[in-house]
Amino acid sequence: MDPGVIKSYLPLYRDALLLTLRIGWQGVLLAFIIGFLCVTAIRFKVPVVRVIVKGYIELFRNTPLLVQLFFLYFALPKIGIRLSPEFCGSLGLGLLGGAYMAETFRSGLDNIPVIQQESAESLGMNRLQAFRYVILPQAVASSVPGFLANTIFLLKETSVFSTISLMDLMFTAKDLIGMYAKTIECLTLLVVFYLIMLLPVSILGSFVERRLRHAEYGD
Amino acid sequence: MDNALLRIEHIEKAYDEHGVIHDLNLVVEKGEVIVIIGPSGCGKSTLLRCINALEDIQGGQILLDGVPVKRDARNISAMRQKIGMVFQSYDLFPHKTVLDNITLAPIKVQKRTRKDAEEEAVALLDRVGLADRRDDYPRQLSGGQKQRVAIVRALSMHPEILLLDEITAALDPEMVREVLDVVLTLARSGITMLIVTHEMSFAQAIADRVIFLENGQIVEESRDPAKFFTEPETPRAKEFLRTFRYER
Ligand SMILES: Nc1ncnc2c1ncn2[C@@H]1O[C@H](COP(=O)(O)OP(=O)(O)OP(=O)(O)O)[C@@H](O)[C@H]1O
Ligand SMILES: [Mg+2]
Repeated sequence: MDPGVIKSYLPLYRDALLLTLRIGWQGVLLAFIIGFLCVTAIRFKVPVVRVIVKGYIELFRNTPLLVQLFFLYFALPKIGIRLSPEFCGSLGLGLLGGAYMAETFRSGLDNIPVIQQESAESLGMNRLQAFRYVILPQAVASSVPGFLANTIFLLKETSVFSTISLMDLMFTAKDLIGMYAKTIECLTLLVVFYLIMLLPVSILGSFVERRLRHAEYGD
Repeated sequence: MDNALLRIEHIEKAYDEHGVIHDLNLVVEKGEVIVIIGPSGCGKSTLLRCINALEDIQGGQILLDGVPVKRDARNISAMRQKIGMVFQSYDLFPHKTVLDNITLAPIKVQKRTRKDAEEEAVALLDRVGLADRRDDYPRQLSGGQKQRVAIVRALSMHPEILLLDEITAALDPEMVREVLDVVLTLARSGITMLIVTHEMSFAQAIADRVIFLENGQIVEESRDPAKFFTEPETPRAKEFLRTFRYER
C-alpha cells in the first residue's frame, strides 16, 4: 500500500461517491414513489392499472438491473428515445426499486389485521379515510426495516452503472486499475467508499428495527 | 307501534354457498336492550356484521330509521355513524393514543373541532374511569381497559344503536366485571343495544328481550329474561342453557 497513491486518488473517489449518491438517492426516491403508487393501485383495485402494475412488478423483480439498464441506454435510442446516462441510471434504479418497494409495502399492508379496516369503517370512515388515517401509518411503520434493506440493496446495485459509462465508484476503481495497476490501493478505497455510503443506512436500519420491536412488545 | 329504530326484514346471508342466516326478522325499538345468545357458529357475529354492513346480504333488507343500510350505498358512512360497534378482539388503533383513538372519527368524519371532540372524549373517559389514561397507547392498557376505550370510541360518534359482539370473551375473568358494569350503566341511560354474550347472568340482568339463535334463525324470543333463563320454552334453548350450568 502506498499512502501517497491513496491520497492522490481520494478526490477522484470523492467525486465518484457524490455521483453514485446523487443517482442512488434519486433512484431510491423514485422507487418509493413508484412503489407507493403501485400498492395504492393494487389496494384500491383500480381496474386495468392493477394488472399492469402486477406485470411490472414481476418483470422488474425477475430481470437483472444490468439488462434493464441496457434496454434504457442501448435499445431505446434505436426507437428514437435518447436518455442521458445519469437519467438512465436513476430511472433504471427507480424502476427496479419500485418493484421491490411495492412488494415490501404490500406485505406491510397485508400484515395489518382486517379488523383495523373494519373498526375504521364501522366508525363511519370511508375507504380512503380508513387507508389514510388507520392502515397507512401502521403499514409504513412496519415496512420501514424492509424499505431500508431495499435501499441498501439498490445503492449496492449502482455498481453496474459503470457499464453505461457513468463515472461511479466502480467505474473509477476499474479505470484507475486499468491505467496505473495499483490494484490493492484502488480496491481498498472502493470498499471503504462503499462502506461510507452504506454503513449509515445499515445503522439506521438496525436502530429503527429495535425501536419498532420495542414499540410492539415493550411497555 | 312505531317506536322501531331498526328493522331487519327477511334477511339471508351466505358465505359462498354456505348459508348462515335464513329469513331472519327482528324489530328493535328505541331504547331497547336485546341480548342475543346461541351456540358457537349459529350466526350471532354475522348478524351484527350485517347490520353494520360489514357484510353483504343476499336477500331481505335492514332499515335504520326507515333508511336501508347497504354496503355499497352512497350514504353508508352516514348510516354507520349511527351504528356503533365493539368487537370481541381488541381493535383499537395501536399507533394512536387513547385520546386520538376516540377523537379520530369525530374530527375526520364528523368534522367536529379538536377541542370539542377532546372535551367530550375526556368526559366519556371519566365516566368509564380512564380519564388518567388518555395519553397512553393501547399496548399500555389491560384488556378490560382497552374494551372500555373501544366502547367510548363508539359512543363518541353519538350512535343511535350500539352493537356489542362478545366484548368480554377475550378477557381475563377479573376484568370482565369492569366492562360489564360500563355496559349496564349505558343500558340504564337508555341507549339502544344489541348484545351478543356468553355471560348468562349478565344477559339476564341487562336484557329487555332475549333472542336465542340457532342455525341462523330465531328459535326462541322472550321479553321476560328471568323466565327465559330459568324455564325456556324450546328444548333447544333448554339444552343450550344447561351447558352453562355445572350440576352434579
Ligand atoms: N368470513 C367468513 N367466511 C366463511 N364463513 C364464515 C365467515 N365468517 C363466518 N363464517 C361461518 O358462518 C357461520 C356463523 O359464524 P359466526 O361467526 O356468525 O358465528 P357466531 O354465532 O358468532 O359464533 P361464536 O359464538 O363462535 O362467535 C359459521 O359457520 C362460520 O364458520
Ligand atoms: Mg361470534
